[in-house]
Amino acid sequence: MPVASAEASTSRKQGRGRSVNVFGGLSHVALLIWAILVIFPIVWTFLASFKTNTELFGDTPLALPHQFHWDAWGRAWAKAHIGLYLVNTIKVVAISTFLTMLFGSMAAYVLARYTFFGNKAIYLLFVSGLSFPVFLALAPLWLTMKNLGLLGTHTGVVLVYVAYSLPFTVFFLTAFFRTLPTSVGEAAMMDGCSHTRTFFQIMMPMAKPGLVSITIFNVIGQWNQYLLPIVLLPGDAQDKWLITQGIANISTNAGYEADWAGLFAALSMAIIPVLIVYIIFQRQIQSGLTTGALK
Amino acid sequence: MRHGKLSPVLLRKYGFIASFLAVPLILYVVFVIWQYIQAFQISFTNSRGISPNFDYVGFDNFTRLFDDEVFWAAVRHHVVLLLAMPLITVAIALFFSFMLNLGGGQKNGKMTGVPGSAFYKIVFFFPQVLAVAIVGVLFQAILRPDKSGVINSALHAVGVDPVGWLISPSLALWTIIGVMVWQAVGFYVVLFSAGMSSIPRDVFEAAALDGAGRFVLFFRITLPLLWDTLQVGWVYLGIAAFDGFALVQVLSVDRGGPDNATTVLPLEIWRTAFTYSKYGVASAMGVALFFMTLTFAVLTLRVTRRERIEF
Repeated sequence: MPVASAEASTSRKQGRGRSVNVFGGLSHVALLIWAILVIFPIVWTFLASFKTNTELFGDTPLALPHQFHWDAWGRAWAKAHIGLYLVNTIKVVAISTFLTMLFGSMAAYVLARYTFFGNKAIYLLFVSGLSFPVFLALAPLWLTMKNLGLLGTHTGVVLVYVAYSLPFTVFFLTAFFRTLPTSVGEAAMMDGCSHTRTFFQIMMPMAKPGLVSITIFNVIGQWNQYLLPIVLLPGDAQDKWLITQGIANISTNAGYEADWAGLFAALSMAIIPVLIVYIIFQRQIQSGLTTGALK
Repeated sequence: MRHGKLSPVLLRKYGFIASFLAVPLILYVVFVIWQYIQAFQISFTNSRGISPNFDYVGFDNFTRLFDDEVFWAAVRHHVVLLLAMPLITVAIALFFSFMLNLGGGQKNGKMTGVPGSAFYKIVFFFPQVLAVAIVGVLFQAILRPDKSGVINSALHAVGVDPVGWLISPSLALWTIIGVMVWQAVGFYVVLFSAGMSSIPRDVFEAAALDGAGRFVLFFRITLPLLWDTLQVGWVYLGIAAFDGFALVQVLSVDRGGPDNATTVLPLEIWRTAFTYSKYGVASAMGVALFFMTLTFAVLTLRVTRRERIEF
């Protein structure tokens, strides 16, 4: 870089320095305000779980609690069944994400790497699922699950989660398997490796970055589901409920005698594990959710 | 195909293909495709779910929707959501992602963000990993209409009367939009940041050498080169504008109130099917929603299509 032009650009910058600094200062303030807007409601919820109803509904809901009692947390865990709902949710999401990834990558691998009659049609059938809103299927899905005796069961929820996660999973992983080199798999086949072994022992490890991204995408998507649980796990299957519907239910049933501190403790219990997992894996989670969108 | 003529090898290949495709395909066809086909079929019937008998009623369910005030209220709300929510979210996210990636100017020949960028990116994204239903419950306490609400308490401290965020019919939908924006901004900051980091840095260096300030860098360089990512973001936000179910169902008063001031189509579909057991009408609403979403996606892709800038 020629020295003269560098100097020229520096002096031009200084000429505008004042307005840039004002702009820079204002944008710093904007960033800080947004950060507070994000953090504050979460911190407030956590603190509110230690408050009494008088403290919560007094004139100063912003004040700190007088005492830090964990009573509300115990009540939320046991009486409001938040513990049960958390365990249910972990169970359902673990099984359905595993099955989504297994079936999704099996289908995607075959569609990406093998030529056979109907390949393109099956691929398009999977991808077309991306353009339908799930609300359209709501009524028939409920009737089907009822007829199959799967309403109010975790098996039913898992099957539906897997089926509705397949379009995106197949779409993304097909594109991903296509980018992997063909030579390694072919060499393995020449050495007498079966199709199935080639897939599990050669191709799956090679596809790890893509698999990780889509696993994260599916875990978060299924963990946060609200619509499907309230349709598939109705009120008479309350011991099968998942965390989102459990918490929404406490809040709708909250009347004048409601246990508000308990509600905030329940909320904190749902938020804090997610927050910890997010902070540990934030880089992978951010890329997992956004690369999905960019493909 | 090397072994193309050998039938045992071919047999093994097709056996493998069939065994790998069978389970995913059956699951998908039974629980997804078949349900969508049935939805179109049910939308022409008077099915009420309980008895297996129903009659085909032609377009009755659809003509009934034309006279349904609540249906049109929901459609109007989607229009408002579609115009306001993506615009506000994209504007805020673009500003923040520009500051976080390029706002710090050049250091050591590299474009940098303002100090603390890494921290902001972590914090801003956090609402995205919270379930919408949880966010809804969270904001109920914050938006309470009296002094016990967090925002109203803060307003009270500076002498402003309490605002009925969710109970005022003219304000409620905008409050819901505000919460949607609160949750969405972080995702788009990260999405746009990824787009900005793929712009080669010599483009910015050359512009900076020519004396381009931050405004020029933003409007003349970053924005045009980010067009593809913006388009993706716009489609995603638009599709989100046709949803809104979880937030409205949990956060609004009387589920879509006050007086249907915040109701959305997914909520009406759910209510019509599972509260009133009118599966035919609910499916007709679903079909209407499907065509609206489809029209939006096709229109967006057509209108925003332009020459791709290769770099």
